[in-house]
Amino acid sequence: MNTPTDLLYAKTHEWLRQGKEGGTVGITDYAQSALGDVVFVELPKTGRKVTAGEVIATVESVKAASDIYAPVTGEITETNPTLSADPGLINREPYESGWLFRIQADAGKNHALLSAGDYSSTLSS
Amino acid sequence: MINFGGWNLPVEYSGLLLEHQATRQAAGLFDISHMGQIRAQGVGALAALESLLTNDPAKLRMGEGHYTFLTNDQGGVIDDLLLYRLGPEDFLLVVNASRHEEDLRVLRQSQSNRALFQGDPGTKAGMALQGPRAEAILSQLLPAGETCPLRNTLIESKLLGIPATIARTGYTGEDGFEIFTSREDGPKIWRALLEKGKPMGILPCGLGARDSLRLEAGLPLNGQDLSREITPIEAGLGFFVDLSRPRPFPGRAQLEQAKKNGARRTTIGLVGQPKQAPPRHGYPVFLSGKQIGEITSGVPSPTLGYGVALALITTPAPACGQDLEFEVRGRRVPAKVSPRKFLLKK
Repeated sequence: MNTPTDLLYAKTHEWLRQGKEGGTVGITDYAQSALGDVVFVELPKTGRKVTAGEVIATVESVKAASDIYAPVTGEITETNPTLSADPGLINREPYESGWLFRIQADAGKNHALLSAGDYSSTLSS
Repeated sequence: MINFGGWNLPVEYSGLLLEHQATRQAAGLFDISHMGQIRAQGVGALAALESLLTNDPAKLRMGEGHYTFLTNDQGGVIDDLLLYRLGPEDFLLVVNASRHEEDLRVLRQSQSNRALFQGDPGTKAGMALQGPRAEAILSQLLPAGETCPLRNTLIESKLLGIPATIARTGYTGEDGFEIFTSREDGPKIWRALLEKGKPMGILPCGLGARDSLRLEAGLPLNGQDLSREITPIEAGLGFFVDLSRPRPFPGRAQLEQAKKNGARRTTIGLVGQPKQAPPRHGYPVFLSGKQIGEITSGVPSPTLGYGVALALITTPAPACGQDLEFEVRGRRVPAKVSPRKFLLKK
């Protein structure tokens, strides 16, 4: 299972990449593999204020509809426009072109996210 | 692994989609050891089954099988099963794992005191070999000169020298076989089928593919599309309720009434659109803005590329092709009424 060390992770299998444009969020390689081929994605509206741990998106495979949680509290600033036409990007490049949305995290909030090592150890237990 | 009627079963082996496609294009092998195998034997076996099942067991010829229901006094479905006739007073019932013990109890309570009903859970092995290459694969394990059984019939034969009961039936919409043997010998036949089928592209398949395959074929799942509160007529399966015979069975009067005057509810097929949220179990269904029922089973169809579903709705049912909506997470998604058999087979 690929778990890049430069990202932060939620126990619920989302990853967060902090960058100049804010935080980018997607689902982990483990999550996409467990879900199987993604056929549909429902993303939050840009501008929506979300709270860490809130269900804000859904990723659906043949197997199931899976809830996606906000990894941090903040505002949605952008969603991935290519996923509606090609949801399989989530399976093929979960950490790159398969990202879900961008979020501007509220300053000063303490976010309980995991390092790659800590996230990986939650998978093996 | 998930718990299915008390059994730990894999949702997938190599991947749901791969398994689904292998079954449609070549062959899939499913472990159905959880399915109950009940043998009804002895004087009175036929009479007991006639008094309990909706399809007429007396009409089965030796070696033949049919789909039938065990109903309650209201005509609701306790179990849907396949019944095979092995002799004048000798039958095999293949039943759902979750209903196995209840079926046995109901059968053993039936009037006949000389017929024997045997087949406790966990004592048998079963596997389903399904797909266009199923016959070619199975033929290689049959004794020289023996041929596969015909559709909806059963033979007692040997595979690798191991006694096995083989029925030509399935739950995928493909040609195929269900193979029953002892619990000890099951794995030997399983491995041999995978080995013989390997050059043709066989894959072992889990519950995930079993569900998507059966739903594409419009076949019902007990506990979702059928239940004690849903009659065979409401499920659109009145064909398997035979009222041409005189003998009563539980719920007969209610089913007769529903067949004659129409039922309050019926089951329709429903198709979604590509790139839309797929229909799933429990979603409400709307016609012209008014809720008319709910989806009992739904899946994004791997073969068709859009969602397919069965929905239990109030009658009168809208015509095929009519626009409907179903509700996903508070949002209405467009759909159309469809025949329940979703796949166009070549």
